[in-house]
Amino acid sequence: MRRCANLALWRIFVMVSMTVTLVGVAALLGVVLMRGLPALGPALLFGDVSPLAAMTGAVPVWDGIWPACAGTFALLMVALGLAVLPGIGCGIHLALFASPRTRVLLGLAVDLLAGVPSIVMGLFGFTLLLALRRTVAPDASTGLLLASVCLALLVLPVLVVTTRGALEALPAQLRLTGAALGLDTWGRLRHLLLPAAGRGILGGVLLAAGRAAEDTAVIMLTGVVASVGLPAGLGERFEALPFTIFYLSSQYRDAVELQRGFGAATVLLVLSLTLLAGAWLLQRVLERKWRGVLPVSHCQGTSEDIR
Amino acid sequence: MLRRWKGGVVTTVCALCAASVALALVAIFAFLCLFALPVFMDGQGFAVIAGDWKPATGSYGVLPMLQASMGVAGIALVLGFPLSLGICCGMNGLAPSGVGQMFRGLVRCLTAVPTVVYGFAALFLLVPLVREAAGRGTGLCWLTASLVLALLVVPTMVLVMEAGMGPTVERVRLTGAAMGLNRGQVMVHMVLPLCWRHMAGAAALGFGRAMGDTLLPLMLAGNAVQSPGSPLESVRTLTAHIALVLATDSRSGTYGSLFVAGCLLLLLNLAVQLVLRVLARSGAQFRGRT
Repeated sequence: MRRCANLALWRIFVMVSMTVTLVGVAALLGVVLMRGLPALGPALLFGDVSPLAAMTGAVPVWDGIWPACAGTFALLMVALGLAVLPGIGCGIHLALFASPRTRVLLGLAVDLLAGVPSIVMGLFGFTLLLALRRTVAPDASTGLLLASVCLALLVLPVLVVTTRGALEALPAQLRLTGAALGLDTWGRLRHLLLPAAGRGILGGVLLAAGRAAEDTAVIMLTGVVASVGLPAGLGERFEALPFTIFYLSSQYRDAVELQRGFGAATVLLVLSLTLLAGAWLLQRVLERKWRGVLPVSHCQGTSEDIR
Repeated sequence: MLRRWKGGVVTTVCALCAASVALALVAIFAFLCLFALPVFMDGQGFAVIAGDWKPATGSYGVLPMLQASMGVAGIALVLGFPLSLGICCGMNGLAPSGVGQMFRGLVRCLTAVPTVVYGFAALFLLVPLVREAAGRGTGLCWLTASLVLALLVVPTMVLVMEAGMGPTVERVRLTGAAMGLNRGQVMVHMVLPLCWRHMAGAAALGFGRAMGDTLLPLMLAGNAVQSPGSPLESVRTLTAHIALVLATDSRSGTYGSLFVAGCLLLLLNLAVQLVLRVLARSGAQFRGRT
């Protein structure tokens, strides 16, 4: 009897915690969406400037979030460009080549890197800049490149962990197949393992992009500004969506600017969720493909793939 | 010949990538320590950590910020941990399976919600509520920041707990059924006692995440430098301190405190990872014995 009461209490506890979380999240995101969705439209992005002129940069946009979107896009491209090769390479090394000892140490390094708070990563970028100024480049300044380097470091662990996970989730028989076919290291990677794990790795890239798109603290210390127009170059300061939201939250002057803040928050929210959904779809396909596959059938499948 | 050459290149490139990741970590620790070292050597010694923040008298201790960080993250953990535990139990048999499935998807979505969006929404929704409820102040206080942080760390903690509970549920299901327990009873009497390590790990990681977050304390906690007294007072965390000082101040003493704050946050990160390793190791030994 007491046991039953105990269990009922647990069920109530579960119900309360689920409800509280759901209500909290729904209220916060609901406010953003309810006030942000009506703001969406060309005026939010470009203000009074005609879209074509704004996109080509012919006319600067001062009352729209287009420069911030372009800045975030540039930041994402440069940061991912810097992080993708080392991240995936390190993941492959951890999954396939590393000795057990290296695996433990490198695993710790990756976890530590993942735990570095983003503001500390920004501070690291700042110290890097101070060091550069004192040594080789006296007139180095904050800008797109510095911010991208720090963001790349921030998303590196995501890439390493997903690549490693995607490779280690492959059935062991697949590696044996490679060896049995007489393929060397390169052949196994190129023809068997990477094609099989490719979607998982790509999903990791999307997750990393989402992480890079939302981070505010890093870029705050490394070169983002509230109003500068389209990103002009690697050494130049830039605008970015998350910082625009942060800036507008405290510095808005009228209802229109506040509305723009809600619009920007909605755009960033939708962008983040879209990237997550993409990653999730890719990884689900990968899981489906290898779930309960008989060793024989997938050996046949892969050997056909090679031909 | 060419093939062997290619294989060698691939393994070398991968090893180099791995080395670069390790190098990046070493560089981060080294740079911050190098910049923090002169502050310690500058005659202030450990006063930069344990001292008070009184720039007028040349005292740049970060103690109030450290206390504030601990306080904000502590309350966030106290509020967020039960929520996570409840959700995780619900996903593993204490709630209807449809609800559990829905929460699985929801928790994954929540990991992607940008922090700044939470902060922005809370500024216009929660801050007025807290202001009304408190009857004084601006509503920008310790409590407000902790409330939203609690929500922010829930997905992190749920995912860590679930990583332990999911497989455990699978493992003990038959045993439980043989003893005549239903899914809920299996959860409460078998899975929870077996999974305390994962819960402790989730708490450690959630605390680290809450202490490392910048935007929510910066936007919601008010940022007045003082030792936290009541939850309705304005406080400034270590992370917010770094962001604020770099944006506004440039006196050397305040600059030095930044690197000290950065080092403290790195040490916290190190401590969290060590706790997780110790828990994982003891868990492995435990499983080895049974």
